[in-house]
Amino acid sequence: MNPETVIDAVSAVFMVTGALMSLGAAIGLLRFPDLMSRMHAATKPQVLGLFLLLAALGLQMRSWWVWPVLVVAWLFQLLTVPVSAHMVGRAGYRTKHLHPELLSSDELEAVVQQAAGQQAAKHGVDDDDEAGR
Amino acid sequence: MNRKRISLRQELPLLVWLVFVWGALWQNFSPGNLLFGALIAVLVARIFYLPPVELGGRFNVLRAVPFALIFLGKVVAASFQVLYLAVVRGPNVVSAIVAVPLRSHSDLLVTATGHVISLIPGSLVVEVDRSTSTLYIHGINVRNAEDAAKLRKEVRDTEAGLIRIMGTKDELSALTQEIAA
Amino acid sequence: MMQTVLTVTAVVLSLAAAGAIVRIGRGPSLLDRVLAADVLLAIFGAALCIDMAVNRHLNNLMLLVAISLIGFVGSVTVARFVAERRESVRES
Repeated sequence: MNPETVIDAVSAVFMVTGALMSLGAAIGLLRFPDLMSRMHAATKPQVLGLFLLLAALGLQMRSWWVWPVLVVAWLFQLLTVPVSAHMVGRAGYRTKHLHPELLSSDELEAVVQQAAGQQAAKHGVDDDDEAGR
Repeated sequence: MNRKRISLRQELPLLVWLVFVWGALWQNFSPGNLLFGALIAVLVARIFYLPPVELGGRFNVLRAVPFALIFLGKVVAASFQVLYLAVVRGPNVVSAIVAVPLRSHSDLLVTATGHVISLIPGSLVVEVDRSTSTLYIHGINVRNAEDAAKLRKEVRDTEAGLIRIMGTKDELSALTQEIAA
Repeated sequence: MMQTVLTVTAVVLSLAAAGAIVRIGRGPSLLDRVLAADVLLAIFGAALCIDMAVNRHLNNLMLLVAISLIGFVGSVTVARFVAERRESVRES
């Protein structure tokens, strides 16, 4: 076998797997019951899918100088995806998007209640000003 | 301007990164281009001033390379795990929110741990308590206390790996003592 | 061989986009919709990537980075907005 065929085959496998990752994310979005588990489906396959597709692109271009820019593009993805997932998850938790019956344990609940109790005690009868933060 | 000057040594990782991005975007790593990029990087770092990241002062490459490889493997595993759960378990998946106290109080390490945790199988950071540096983690497919303990151990191990790579000397010696004990 | 890959990935990505759009339409809450829109953008990014790889050019690379940036900024903004609004509604 000549190397050209091998490179083509590897990048073809990468492309198909990367596309399947997107499909996996969509299946997860449709089948998972609550926001939090859907977030898992939305973030993780995205990162791997982009990695595989960029690797296929790098293999197809067959020149070394595209690799740094592909690495930069992937690193940006790596840095931004957890942040946006965390922001969405935090907003989801704070606005009570959770279904408690789907959780086997929730160790944040007690802390939130305690903090709310402290804040209410501090403010007395006044309304708490959580929105002021 | 009476802001505190940052030493060049502290700024060096940022500058190297900026020059690398410059070269990558031009797709040209010739010395002239890199020199011009370095000039622009220094200018940008001087004009658009941001609070410096508190680095630990050390970086262990020998530990970083295996960590990166294991991390890459875990990213792959994470995607396939989500795929498996979506297809097989679907609507019946059970999760949990687990509190994990971290050892380190440095912002950089807590952030790095949170990022790595969000990308490895079955965990996502929901809330961070900065004063006690506790991460509240949503773990998918965590059905009982045993699974939660496993998740907690995973997070603490990840943090230990990151401390070995770029934690301060104090954190490192505390970690070795903890393991020896 | 590239033609087969193109066909397969086109079908797979279309199915994935359909799934994400269904979730955008159905999604019980705003956050679900944002999440699904983010996934839809990622699927567009994947399609751009495959186009570049099959036709061997790099014209879409900056578009790809821009799309992922838009997804990031969009979901962070909506998340913040949702959190703020809900809290003030609960108080009043």
